[in-house]
Amino acid sequence: MAETLLALRDISVRYGTSDVLEAPSLDVRRGEILAVMGPNGAGKSTLLRVMGLLQRPDRGTVWFRGSEVLPSEAHAARRRMATVFQEPLLLSMSVYDNVALGLRLRGWERRAIERTVGAWLERLGIAAIARRSARTISGGEAQRTSLARAFVLNPELLFLDEPFAALDPPTREALLVELEAILRETAVTTVFVTHDRNEALMLGDTIAVLLAGKILQIGSSEEVFFHPADEKVAEFVGTANILAGVVERREGERAWIRVAAGCWLLPCAAAAGAAVKLCIRPEEIAVIRAPGDGPPPIGRIRFQATVTRIVACGFDARVVLECGGIQLHARVARGALDGLCQRDQVAAEFSPAAVHVIAGS
Amino acid sequence: MELIAEGVIAAFALLFGDPEVWTITWLSVKISGLATGLSLALGMPLGIALALARFPGRSVAVALVNTGMGLPPVVVGLFVSIFLWRSGPLGFLELIYTQTAMVMAQVIIALPIVAGLTMAAFQSLNPNLRLQLFGLGASRLQVLWLLGKEARLPLLAAVMAGFGGVISEVGASMMVGGNIRGQTRVLTTATVLETSKGNFAIAIALSLILLAVSFALNLVLTHIQQRERIPWPRPS
Repeated sequence: MAETLLALRDISVRYGTSDVLEAPSLDVRRGEILAVMGPNGAGKSTLLRVMGLLQRPDRGTVWFRGSEVLPSEAHAARRRMATVFQEPLLLSMSVYDNVALGLRLRGWERRAIERTVGAWLERLGIAAIARRSARTISGGEAQRTSLARAFVLNPELLFLDEPFAALDPPTREALLVELEAILRETAVTTVFVTHDRNEALMLGDTIAVLLAGKILQIGSSEEVFFHPADEKVAEFVGTANILAGVVERREGERAWIRVAAGCWLLPCAAAAGAAVKLCIRPEEIAVIRAPGDGPPPIGRIRFQATVTRIVACGFDARVVLECGGIQLHARVARGALDGLCQRDQVAAEFSPAAVHVIAGS
Repeated sequence: MELIAEGVIAAFALLFGDPEVWTITWLSVKISGLATGLSLALGMPLGIALALARFPGRSVAVALVNTGMGLPPVVVGLFVSIFLWRSGPLGFLELIYTQTAMVMAQVIIALPIVAGLTMAAFQSLNPNLRLQLFGLGASRLQVLWLLGKEARLPLLAAVMAGFGGVISEVGASMMVGGNIRGQTRVLTTATVLETSKGNFAIAIALSLILLAVSFALNLVLTHIQQRERIPWPRPS
């Protein structure tokens, strides 16, 4: 495993009497892209400012390149980092001068600046507007300028604080694809903060889920999205179906778990009698209109349900099913609805492997 | 109307015929220019500190500065006079009725104006800009310099307001300067004197020069300030 480039130890930040951030331990490894995902107000920006040495925490230490950063060393450490904020925060000068700013602050000579800045203006597709005033360019161009301004510094550690949150969807997608390529190419260690699950999935090697100032889970996208550590994380990563159940009896590696809709044999480590939560992502549930009378295919769990609501959701539809007093959400491609209506009797089916069991809740 | 027309004609005659008018003008510009310069040197750091720093008593300091922006020059003149009076606490300096005393009084008038407007100029910037500059590797001094450059439009307004305030005030200059011919007689005090003597033509001439000086400086500063203005879009 690669060495730790930046680490937080025992960090606490409070505004007034309320804690906005508690980070007992967080490591960023050299070369990785860490996506910090959380809703608005979870403390994501505060976390990023503490990591970027832009805000002194009320308690705890920040470690960079193997040693604790003392206040007297913060400036030198910051010169190895770069931050891009949600707003472009450009100065009232030309696009070129904005991109060159960091290098000028470091006292680079003019010709070296021209070469580096020129290359990044090209790379981000803003060479044509280099002479324009930064106050007259569009939001997308401004964010490209802000990115170029960070990349010219060739930072060891790059912080991105929701850089696309204010952009329209086509602009955002185009820039996201370009950014992904640049990050892979430069292999710069990156901490990327976002509330958008897709952005986190697309960019993050590691994903941390930050809720109400606490990092509740950190791991690969597979772990976070399919094996959420608890109910709150499950909700935030879009699990949608979280059912309360009780372990009836164990059967080898698996256990029979009773929920309102039936009793299912699922992979589970909890002891008999334990209360558990079952997480099923909506895209894992298949809705079958004419189930027939035979048993379900081997290894699938099937139950009868009533369609209570169908909600269009982008290119998909969310089908709300009712079964034994509980609600389940299934995601179906809109083209595959095929005339499905409210009050239809259907069968819902899923694979036991798609169920993630959270014990002890 | 005749009075004004005569005054304008007399003004031009004085401008080209009377060397004393030039002495008075030069003294006005010198004293007020020096006072403005000192106010900028003291008031800008104070305004920046009030805008950016957090310290106990900050809100009291801000309230004091805001009150100071409206200090009546006569009140300033009174207190500076008392302090510099031969029997006053600073009487041993023997500064009463000198140009130095006038500069002191004018600094007291202009300093809160400069500090208040500087504070407003820095507070009008996006607070995250400071973090962004630190995040790009700027040192503390570099951050201050870049923020100042970014706030240059309202900062120039602070310069104009400071200079405009002191070159046009008459109360304090009269009280601490004494309106001594050739030494502490400036455009405003001379205008008061000539008006009281009934020499309206000379008074008008002096006023016109005062306006011209003020206008010339503001023209230069406005030109710098508005050079890079982006016009507001016009609604149809």
